[in-house]
Amino acid sequence: MDKDINIKVKVWRQNGPKDKGHFETYPLENISQGSSFLEMLDILNEQLINEGKEPVVFDHDCREGICGMCSLYINGHPHGPDQGITTCQLHMRRFNDGDTITVEPWRSAGFPIIKDLMVDRTAFDKIMQAGGYVSVNTGGVPDANAIPIPRHDAEMAMDAAACIGCGACVAACKNGSAMLFVSAKVSQLALLPQGRVERKQRAKAMVAKMDELGFGNCTNTGACEVECPKNISITNIARLNREFLKAKFAD
Amino acid sequence: MSWLIKSSIGRKFVQSISGLFLILFLLFHMSMNLVLIFSYDSYNFIANEVLGANWWAVAATGVLALGFVFHILYGVFLTLQNRKARGKDRYASASKTKTTWSSQNMFVLGLFILLFLGLHLYQMWYQMQFKELLGIEGFRHDSAQLTAEVFSSLWVVIVYELAFLSLWFHLTHGFWSALHTVGWNNTVWMKRIKVIGNVFSTIVCLGFAIVPIAVYLGYSNLLG
Repeated sequence: MDKDINIKVKVWRQNGPKDKGHFETYPLENISQGSSFLEMLDILNEQLINEGKEPVVFDHDCREGICGMCSLYINGHPHGPDQGITTCQLHMRRFNDGDTITVEPWRSAGFPIIKDLMVDRTAFDKIMQAGGYVSVNTGGVPDANAIPIPRHDAEMAMDAAACIGCGACVAACKNGSAMLFVSAKVSQLALLPQGRVERKQRAKAMVAKMDELGFGNCTNTGACEVECPKNISITNIARLNREFLKAKFAD
Repeated sequence: MSWLIKSSIGRKFVQSISGLFLILFLLFHMSMNLVLIFSYDSYNFIANEVLGANWWAVAATGVLALGFVFHILYGVFLTLQNRKARGKDRYASASKTKTTWSSQNMFVLGLFILLFLGLHLYQMWYQMQFKELLGIEGFRHDSAQLTAEVFSSLWVVIVYELAFLSLWFHLTHGFWSALHTVGWNNTVWMKRIKVIGNVFSTIVCLGFAIVPIAVYLGYSNLLG
């Protein structure tokens, strides 16, 4: 049964990218365990506004786990203690009366903080712009059976395409590496005939952009896979390594 | 070939290949050590006739040293870059993500193994091949006896055993990780290479670990 609980929220406050930043702890009373984590933050902000204080800035959009905007590091886990879900899908029933919940922004050199809990994730857009697409005019919709694709390949490509680009992999990684994200984006295309044409160019361009933006070197700790809200497998990283090395040796 | 330095996957590729090369060396070194348990004469034959100051052994030592240099330099380089990529601010709520301990501590394990390597090279290699090559007085031809002397003190045996334990942790992550980085992995092979890696690391490290203990307790040169 969901109860109403009293909690404390320890939130990272930072006025801007150059500000040093610090934690502040706010008590919250009578929070329904049926409410979502972001609703709890909404209540907190309402309370702060009523007290004449500045509300906590955090990213969110669809609140149904598909847009990849929400991005909080909660009690030592990106997207909180549950597995396979985003922060917006996290519910307060995962917490108990009297808990102090620590909420931090993603921390990585590749994701500088904009304000409070909001980080700049345009680095991912830049990586996508470097090659995460198929550059051909597709014209009209072809017949579904015009290009036969083995079921296994289609499923693997679909699994990779489930990545919503939230950045939890970077946030969880001790090396600040974006390899899980990049590997998912390379895999979803490399596995399909439409994407295979540009595979070499794509792997090289996206990895080069990833390195340029200051993401770290993957050491296969597997933390990204554990925290990924879409359960993207690190075997995609092996595929990316394969794609990249093949492309380089072909030069 | 500049991508082997400039690109993250290129650097990891060098780290993996040098690591796999060192793994092969470990297998050879471990097999050779086991001879010590059975026969000092055979061991001395391997140490002096097969290895020793022969040109091929010197050349192989050079290649091996290169393997170590690459692995260590790239390891330091990658670790420094990764610390920078992580950013200055650390999480207040320490990461609770479940990962293997060794995967998070490869650098520390490597550092400990490197310190051990310094001691080991001084105790063994310096007294044999190095002194012989430079014509320094008092080089040792009786490798087996030298080893027995070294392993007669307890602290040496303990340090060696600790090093083999670190090596085991280092290898259990390093083996599959190296294959993963060169691209030899998928959903089917993931479990297989992890199991193969664990079995391999255990065999190699046990093989290493037996020898100092056996020598210390007097169970060496069994066949005379």
